[in-house]
Amino acid sequence: MLTLQNISKTFNPGTVNEKTALRGIDLHLEKGDFVTIIGANGAGKSTLFNAIAGSFLPDTGRITMDGQDITFLPEFRRAKSIGRLFQDPMRGSAPAMTIEENLALAAGGGGWLSHVSRAEKAAFRDRLALLGMGLEDRMRQPVGLLSGGQRQALTLLMATMVPPKLLLLDEHTAALDPGTAEKVLALTENIVREQKLTCLMITHNMSSALELGNRTLMMDSGRILLDLKGEQRQGLTVADLLRMFKENVGKALDNDRMLLS
Amino acid sequence: MSFSAIWGLCQTALELGLTCSLTVLALFLSYSMLNVCDLSTDGCFTLGAAVGAVVAIAGHPYLSIPAAMAAGVLSGFVTAVLQTRMGIESLLAGIIVNTGLYSINIAVMGKSSQLNMNKTETVFTKMKALLADTPLAGQYELIISLAAAALVILFLALFLRTRLGLAIRATGNNPDMVRSSSINPAFTTTVGLCVANAFTGLSGCLLAQSQKSVNIDIGSGMVTIALASLLIGQTFLGKGSIAKRAVGMVVGSVVFRLVYTAALRLNMPAFMLKLVSSVIVIAAIAGPYFKGQLPTLRRRMAAGKGGR
Repeated sequence: MLTLQNISKTFNPGTVNEKTALRGIDLHLEKGDFVTIIGANGAGKSTLFNAIAGSFLPDTGRITMDGQDITFLPEFRRAKSIGRLFQDPMRGSAPAMTIEENLALAAGGGGWLSHVSRAEKAAFRDRLALLGMGLEDRMRQPVGLLSGGQRQALTLLMATMVPPKLLLLDEHTAALDPGTAEKVLALTENIVREQKLTCLMITHNMSSALELGNRTLMMDSGRILLDLKGEQRQGLTVADLLRMFKENVGKALDNDRMLLS
Repeated sequence: MSFSAIWGLCQTALELGLTCSLTVLALFLSYSMLNVCDLSTDGCFTLGAAVGAVVAIAGHPYLSIPAAMAAGVLSGFVTAVLQTRMGIESLLAGIIVNTGLYSINIAVMGKSSQLNMNKTETVFTKMKALLADTPLAGQYELIISLAAAALVILFLALFLRTRLGLAIRATGNNPDMVRSSSINPAFTTTVGLCVANAFTGLSGCLLAQSQKSVNIDIGSGMVTIALASLLIGQTFLGKGSIAKRAVGMVVGSVVFRLVYTAALRLNMPAFMLKLVSSVIVIAAIAGPYFKGQLPTLRRRMAAGKGGR
């Protein structure tokens, strides 16, 4: 479904700030894969997402999605089939616009000059009710009034309004309080399962990295160190993961947001 | 001063405020919605005035309106291309276009810096003739400017609720979100600036035709005057629906002209207009800033470190 071949990226080449973020990444995702990604700070996890989403052109390699070469496709064109959530809950919605208007933008469809129909508004309402946050009764309020957790849940809804071919989740619960994070994560799981999405999720939470999805990648220094799936992944514990990391890298896994439990 | 003299002054202020409110509505789109401070406004205003005058003098009073708007669209398109496709910063793009337009405007006016429309048929003379024997006979300027403002408000209220309008608003409100969405910010910025500048051009065209003359300086300082009006309007009707806020822009523009007219009556010389508008913009933007700083200042004072 998604194939990355030999993707490399070096920032500020030839300067003192030179940083090689990705070193010849090869990755293949099957349709319906739910892959969790863990790794230390600066391992290249977010850079990998930026490469897939098209925020920059990789120095080497090719990216294909559903048989189409998207290496040179601009970011906004890829965004039609790639949904993306960031750690910052403020990043995914427009605060001065109402919930309804934000959803209308995400739903797309219709011509540029079309208005949002009554049927669409009713559909938005039903979708919002699924969040269980009472947002369906606040559709005409500006998004800026929502809490971080509510905004991230809304962003999740927006990103999956039109089911994307690929969903990229970049530590999307890291900035939320534990209770809200759990709720948003449960919503994520539901939506991914119901829409049978192909999904890549960077997480700082070791146990959800193992509990969620069917495959776990461990990254370090711009490489994929471990690719755990199938039987190999079953029954694995957080302690096993940490040991595997240390064996492969030679130092303990260090991430400032890491949750071990 | 007699009542009729006061009413006369108010009416002039009202007409001027309504005509220039189209520029304020243009900035409402570019500055408030798209978050681009379009400094080509002065030049574009003059461009609309010049193109409108030339077309009217050529004998096409009705055609002068779409011609001036089309000229505005073109000017906005150039400003947008400079900032979205050529890596020129948006403020600089506006300044560059503004400078270039000075030459273009003089060229449009036939290498002259002044055009006279005393004997020219304009939309105003047409309307005057139309209303000749009705009770509204003397109000033709007011009717045209009111109709223009109402139409632009109606257009904005509908347009900003379309998908394109929502995309334009999102581009200004959260560029991060738009960058990682399927909206192309270059496209939305371009459309927004084209539409906004069409209104600026229209505004210039109407002002020139109501004054029956164009001067190369007709638009100078317009961006500050319009910003001042916009900020005044925001304090009256800054929250709520787009339509309400757009009406607020017109109210701001009229209030600005009324205050200015009153100041003139108090013997303030006419050349002070631009200084007054500058001071209003400074006060409106700096006011909230200092208000935010107030707690810090208070604590410093209390700590005996005032002024440091």
